[in-house]
Amino acid sequence: MKSGRSGAVSAGRHPLAIFNNPTFRGVFFQLVFVAGLGWIVWDLIQNTAHNLQRANIAAGYGFLERTAGFGIIQTMVSYSEASSYGRAVLVGLLNTLLVAGLGVVLATILGLIVGIARLSSNWLVAQIATAYVEIIRNIPLLLQLFFWYFAVLRSVPGMREKWTLFGVFHLNIGGLHAPRPVFGDGAIWILLAFPIALGIAVFVSHRGKQRFERTGRRPPLGWIYAGLFVLLPIAAFFLAGRPIALDMPQFSETGPLLKRGFKAGSGITVIPEFFGLLLALSIYTAAYIAEVVRGGIEAVNHGQTEAAYSIGLKRGQTLRLVVIPQALRVIIPPLSNQYLNLTKNSSLAVAVAYPDLVSVGGTVLNQTGQAVEMVSIWMLFYLGMSILTSLVMNYWNKRVALVER
Amino acid sequence: MKRFIASAVIGAALTAASVSAALAGTLDDVKAKGFVQCGVNPSLIGFGIADEKGEWSGIDVDFCRAVASAIFGDATKVKFSPLNAKERFTALQSKEVDLLSRNTTWTMSRDSSLGLMFAGVMYYDGQGFMVRKDLGISSALELSGATVCTQTGTTTELNLADYFRSHNMEYKVLAFEKNEEVLKAYEDKRCEAYTTDASGLYAERLKLTSPDDHMILPEIISKEPLGPAVRQGDDPWFTVVKWTLFALINAEELGLTKQNIDEKKTADSPEIKRFVGVEGDFGTGIGLTNDWAYKIVKNVGNYGEIFDANIGPSTKLGIARGLNNLWSKGGIQYAPPIR
Amino acid sequence: MVMESASPAYVRKSFIPSQDPPVNTAGAIGWARKRLFSSLGNSILTIAALAFIVWMLIPIIRFTILDAVWSGEDRAACAKASGACWAYVKAYLPQFIYGRYPIAERWRVDIVFLLLAVAMVPMLIPRAPFKRLNGLFLLIVYPLIAFVLLTGGHIRFTGGWLPASIAAPSALRFAIEFALIGGAILLAIGAFARLTGIPVAGSGTMAGIAIAGVACVLLVVGIDFGLEPVETANWGGLLVTLVVAGTGMVASLPLGVLLALGRRSAMPVVRVASVIFIEVWRGVPLITVLFMASVMLPLFLPDGVTFDKLLRALIGVALFNAAYMAETVRGGLQAVPRGQYEAGMSIGLGYWQRMRLIVLPQALRLVIPGIVGSFISLFKDTTLVSIIGLFDFLGQIQTSANDAKWASPVTGVTGYIFAAIVFWAFCFSMSRYAAYTERRLNRSRRR
Repeated sequence: MKSGRSGAVSAGRHPLAIFNNPTFRGVFFQLVFVAGLGWIVWDLIQNTAHNLQRANIAAGYGFLERTAGFGIIQTMVSYSEASSYGRAVLVGLLNTLLVAGLGVVLATILGLIVGIARLSSNWLVAQIATAYVEIIRNIPLLLQLFFWYFAVLRSVPGMREKWTLFGVFHLNIGGLHAPRPVFGDGAIWILLAFPIALGIAVFVSHRGKQRFERTGRRPPLGWIYAGLFVLLPIAAFFLAGRPIALDMPQFSETGPLLKRGFKAGSGITVIPEFFGLLLALSIYTAAYIAEVVRGGIEAVNHGQTEAAYSIGLKRGQTLRLVVIPQALRVIIPPLSNQYLNLTKNSSLAVAVAYPDLVSVGGTVLNQTGQAVEMVSIWMLFYLGMSILTSLVMNYWNKRVALVER
Repeated sequence: MKRFIASAVIGAALTAASVSAALAGTLDDVKAKGFVQCGVNPSLIGFGIADEKGEWSGIDVDFCRAVASAIFGDATKVKFSPLNAKERFTALQSKEVDLLSRNTTWTMSRDSSLGLMFAGVMYYDGQGFMVRKDLGISSALELSGATVCTQTGTTTELNLADYFRSHNMEYKVLAFEKNEEVLKAYEDKRCEAYTTDASGLYAERLKLTSPDDHMILPEIISKEPLGPAVRQGDDPWFTVVKWTLFALINAEELGLTKQNIDEKKTADSPEIKRFVGVEGDFGTGIGLTNDWAYKIVKNVGNYGEIFDANIGPSTKLGIARGLNNLWSKGGIQYAPPIR
Repeated sequence: MVMESASPAYVRKSFIPSQDPPVNTAGAIGWARKRLFSSLGNSILTIAALAFIVWMLIPIIRFTILDAVWSGEDRAACAKASGACWAYVKAYLPQFIYGRYPIAERWRVDIVFLLLAVAMVPMLIPRAPFKRLNGLFLLIVYPLIAFVLLTGGHIRFTGGWLPASIAAPSALRFAIEFALIGGAILLAIGAFARLTGIPVAGSGTMAGIAIAGVACVLLVVGIDFGLEPVETANWGGLLVTLVVAGTGMVASLPLGVLLALGRRSAMPVVRVASVIFIEVWRGVPLITVLFMASVMLPLFLPDGVTFDKLLRALIGVALFNAAYMAETVRGGLQAVPRGQYEAGMSIGLGYWQRMRLIVLPQALRLVIPGIVGSFISLFKDTTLVSIIGLFDFLGQIQTSANDAKWASPVTGVTGYIFAAIVFWAFCFSMSRYAAYTERRLNRSRRR
């Protein structure tokens, strides 16, 4: 110990005194770090290769082309038991995207309402919103998922009965049965009507802005947009000779018990597993989004609101033109986090038999034993989603960020 | 920084030291540690289930006890690892358990690509369907258009698909991760039929609110030979497990039971003499003592006794022997002789 | 006049008629007038909200209280009930708490729970003294006691690599190996110091203390206290939930701090490795991590090394949580003013001294609410272990709901409601505590 101390004093002359050089030390420790990390990784790979070989499992993604042989209840692309494992994984992936995409939309709407309600001047409304947030945030999502799923199952009529909404939508424990559009020749025109409507809308918005600056009157842009996006496709539909037919769900009330109810393959069926998952995800995430929204709105200086009132803007206008644009700057980063959380949480689908990526992947993993490959597919997908979301959100964030000079 | 590295090194060194990498055969390992680690089903009545006090019961559980008896002469020298369908093979491959006795179907792909070896068939089972009686059907062939609930991660999903495809019937499948959820969804009428191994159906039916409203359809759509499995490439251990099973079946054939084995031990029958180890060196040949089979029957009973105590007609499950009867009594349970 | 011609279209050109003075603005009526009935729209909203509350509460009260079954021996009591079956919860409460932990040994779990409460309460009260000692107890001594009590301790170390000719596999061989490795480390540090001329007293002593500490820990878990060993397979219920959440927390805190420091390190390799680690774990769902821990982790390990199932889940949860913890801590590190780092450097402190003495105490104090928040998520996330077949609180409730003895149409729902109430009580009190700490910190920062 003592020699060490004297060594420090004579550091300048010591042959290994180079260790006192911070740059050298940095490089040295990084090399050690890399070596250590490399050793661990190499060791893991060695073990894995050895274990796989012992268990007779061939590494690689070749298994994705083998026949899957199991059924999936909800498929957005054509799939049958004779399809490959790769196809099954794709089906699961699309199902994840579907539930996450819809969940994001629903959660945002609900969260916005609740967040604004928490700040409502109406005491009762604010209290209800607070209770909602405090209850939902403090109960595990998995529990809520079970609750909603089994609640949905309990509250709808059985397979042999139905509730009918608006004459075309039917609800029973088999799911929501709706007409399925069948596209004929010329349906492309209806699709084309949308970009055309968008073009006109951009033009109208530009002119509207000019007119507003000239006269102070705001043209009813909302109505014009609505008209454009609804009427134009409808017009195209009739002009192209009604190329869309509807495949109605068929319901039979006679015959043996199992033959009654909705005929498989007629119309679109949205399964209750999807509803349960969507409901749980939206309601859960909305509680968090509500807090994000509230925080964002509260972060806008109250003077801004007062200034808006003082120049005669109405409440709605104040919210739309003054408060929300400023609040968005604060809201967007945490909001993107919540979207990501929702996407990741959708993997709880395994608990309620919704065939998402993790659930289908789990089945594939179990049938083939290709654990490493399957887990890598999961990881790539979720990491990709998270990187994509953060890129999009960063872009949006940059657009609304305060430009400081 | 130095301190950090120092502690990291300590950590690494200690891990290396604490790894008691015993690379000997499983039989030697088991003898050294003093118990058999057995992977079982956590919640299947009659096969593997623990009660409130943590006491395990079931035919798979009793098989583990039989193996422990053969090795140690003591049926309690066994520890149970409850495993779900997904992780059971990994648990065996990674040596977390010595023996997998968890109503596992013997299939070729499991022999060929999962590195398993099945020691025989403990229970000849087949996949069946359970439906509500008020559905008014009496055959699985009438199930066309049905929604079927099952558990993911088993052979049932594949058999189901095969059956419906080969009969040109429509179906929808709901595959849940856990048994509890399958049962709940079935009970809430989300699906018309519940499919799993027939024995499992009898067990699950007991958990329903009103078991009498449900029936099990007569069709058995697959062969599900359930048996204990061990890792490939460990022949001495494989032999011990295999012969434990054969000893159970031979005991029933010879009429040896828990109660009477002590008196019959002295009988003149050469077969019984070989069985209890009075004659011949069969036990030492597989690395055990010569009275290995005697100890199995003394501690656990013979195959028939295990069957009757856990799933037989006198239990709540009330499953008939059927295929699982001895070959001499109309079944297909058959064991090579001890000779 | 010039003004008028130039005035924009949105400026009024006439006065608004004067309004009546406001009516009652004080007292309960004034409050209600202001907060509930300030306008027609608001009044409608109030009435709608009242109707909503009544519509929500009546079925809940009916189900959980009025129509509920409070006592009974088995499923017959609840078979016809239209309300919650609390009798079932009462019958299964011990299982919900202990799982299948042997009844005769449950006093051990009780002691662990009790000790936790005794140690946590003064830790949570800001004014209570001996925070440092208390913290050390909670993070080091308590886990050790809990481990020994819960598992029964008496782990048999046999040692690994010394040939049997020197010492047969036994505790002795392990002790010899441990002493050899410990000695080698101390020697290496000494040699390193002599070669490079860096003062070694500090790290040498620390390494010695660390080795001695590890030896003590190993001794404690290796001693036979005469406790019946209880396998983790028999653990369940609240016990498993608390063990997973507690271990996840205690293990992820130091790891999270290291990762956060790594992410802010000046060394590019360390930084990149930390960033990748953090982002990968944060990018994937916990359920895939748990699947990985239960299915894939065994593949990574060398032959013959196995981890207990609960331990595998714990490793997964701890690593997952560490990534989130790292981001929380990073927030705290960024909030410490740069001047503090520079001041540390200027008085000649090394990196670790600077972090330990100056930066981390300030940063960690700032992130206490964040840490509590991440503990709440962890606590809720523990329910996912039931998917991989561990019997946590929720898993235990689910299993029991299907028990033939109590199965009835309302048993399942009752179980879920009970679980929801318990989880809510835990999480809500923790979130209140986090809010309280946040307010307290803000007060002291506001000055």
